[in-house]
Amino acid sequence: MSQVTRERWDLGGTQMEELLSDVARFKGESLWQDAWRRLKANRASWYALVFLMIFGGISLLAPVLPLPSPTAIDLQIEPQPPVAPWQELGNDGFRREYWDLNALDESLVDLRQMIFGDWQLSNWMGTDAKGRDILSRIIWGSRTSILVAIAATLCSLLIGVSYGAVSGFFGGRIDNLMMRIVDVLYSIPFIFVVIFLITIVNEYRTELEDSWGVNREVVFYVVIGAIYWLTMARVVRGQVLSLRETEFVEAARVIGASSARIVFVHLVPNVLSIVIVYLTLTIPAVMLFEAFLSFLGLGIEPPKVSWGLLAVDGSEVINPVRIYWWLIVFPAAAMGATLLALNVLGDGLRDALDPKLRGKD
Amino acid sequence: MIRFLLRRLLWFGLTLLCVVSVSFFLMRSVRGGPFDNERTLNPAIERNMQARYHLDWPQWKQFLQYIGPLNLAEDGAELVGGDGTDPFGGILTGDFGPSFKYRDFTVNDIIGQSLPISVSLGSIALLWALVLGLTAGIASALYRNSKTDVALRLAATTGIALPNFVIAGFLVILFVFLMPLLPVAGYGTPKHLILPGFALGAPFAAYIARLSRTGMLEVLSQDHIRTAHAKGLPSRLVLLRHAIKGGLLPVVSYLGPATAGILTGSLVIERIFAIPGTGSHFVNSALNRDYTLSMGVTILYTVLVYGLNTLVDLAYTFLDPRIKLEES
Repeated sequence: MSQVTRERWDLGGTQMEELLSDVARFKGESLWQDAWRRLKANRASWYALVFLMIFGGISLLAPVLPLPSPTAIDLQIEPQPPVAPWQELGNDGFRREYWDLNALDESLVDLRQMIFGDWQLSNWMGTDAKGRDILSRIIWGSRTSILVAIAATLCSLLIGVSYGAVSGFFGGRIDNLMMRIVDVLYSIPFIFVVIFLITIVNEYRTELEDSWGVNREVVFYVVIGAIYWLTMARVVRGQVLSLRETEFVEAARVIGASSARIVFVHLVPNVLSIVIVYLTLTIPAVMLFEAFLSFLGLGIEPPKVSWGLLAVDGSEVINPVRIYWWLIVFPAAAMGATLLALNVLGDGLRDALDPKLRGKD
Repeated sequence: MIRFLLRRLLWFGLTLLCVVSVSFFLMRSVRGGPFDNERTLNPAIERNMQARYHLDWPQWKQFLQYIGPLNLAEDGAELVGGDGTDPFGGILTGDFGPSFKYRDFTVNDIIGQSLPISVSLGSIALLWALVLGLTAGIASALYRNSKTDVALRLAATTGIALPNFVIAGFLVILFVFLMPLLPVAGYGTPKHLILPGFALGAPFAAYIARLSRTGMLEVLSQDHIRTAHAKGLPSRLVLLRHAIKGGLLPVVSYLGPATAGILTGSLVIERIFAIPGTGSHFVNSALNRDYTLSMGVTILYTVLVYGLNTLVDLAYTFLDPRIKLEES
């Protein structure tokens, strides 16, 4: 049998090359290349992606940029209005005051002082009531908010994808039970559990840090992540349910792959596209949730700063005597623009990765 | 139908048991109790207080007493709440017990006073969300890819992207300080609910707009709509009689989560606008370790969310005969 096939396919060298050159002319396009092309063709998502990359870069490089300190307090009677860049570009009043930075950020701040010395930008976006520069707080705050968002989203990804994949793969009774549990969790007003959990964490923060080495913020990420995995689990389960009947899974089973291997090596990569789409839509939700918790005084704590805290500060100083518009407009604009870009990018990615869903919101 | 409702009821019982036990033990396992104060109490007084509310019992016993309509106290001394006349009957009898912080009130009193306020705020928010969202969504589906569509979609995405307290801040600046039309905060007249209702409903309006646009686009491209057009029905009738019903299905299924979200959002909005609703009690009671009040509010919200989700599922079958209840 094998000899017959061997003979049939044992072509001469030139013939083979001809065949291969034919094949080479038709260059295949992988799903990801195709998606990338589609994404570039979608102008709005492309701009959103570029905006996010630039903003992410700025936020990453915040310690090196000649920004005033985000925490240096300068007690004044009232917030100072913005100084336009063309009125005064910068001044030499930099004070090195931060919260406990990690070693990398410390050395980046050293670098900043080597490059710019004590020169800093003026208060282009004004200052708050304690004389802290809004622009600097927005950029430093973006670091916290983005970190919260990414960490919490990854957490939800980990739980949601494994839960959904396992449930979809095994099907039947197990699937039924696992999805019922998700249904039950869906109808619990989770905010209450979160508030309980965070008050507990606040109560035991020193013990946590001393005996477990766990930062309060880490718990915060995990708690947020732990409530955002439900939708992800449902979506992944639906996909896996249809994928598990396909030939390549059968093939894997035939050659003796274990269930765990089939789920995590063969099935999970195939649901990645839809997972990425949901990620871009979960990040904004998590950022809003951080803002919500900060508003209730359960989120990030001063002197650290996050967008949620900034938005809270901004909405607290609203009063009829004098409207400090810069305290609310700039943080809201930064937050709104980022979340808008993430939403647009998410929609664009969905269109790009799943052509069936084109043009639907 | 009956079977569906029965099964729902069973799962409801399980959900509630889960919520009640988790929050009960979570709250009690935390350091600090309802009687902690800046001033330390005399230990004898504290013991008495604990004994009065049965906080000196083992936790499982407290839990059973909290749930069931039985009296577990050996000496027959019953837990008394509020004005001190009615014995505490356990949540199965619909009694949420005395509040630990507001000594003269039972949890039922507090909920009874604050719930109507929250419900009216929530309904106004939902109304705003539906009216704005549906109008925008249907308009954008009908004028697809026009400038109106793009503008409406941008507005909707912005609405989703801002926290509701920021929206509230802008609204206050605009409609209270710059144009003094509405009161800044408080509760009393219908006017007081316009701004908070809007701020609370705005993100949901945005989401509803997106959902209804998608739904309408999907329906408008279907055969039965083409048939309706072909047999010469005026487009207004086609839209109102044939398209809307199918196009709004996604919105209907979103109403369950939306209500849950509005309940959550009202925690913030009630604080900003100083509205004495249930939401403001929740956060305070959790921070104050007012066990019974915070449990009561949690249970109340679970019941609300679950009940509304079930209603939504029922409504679904009436709107779309293709959907069978058994599958859900």
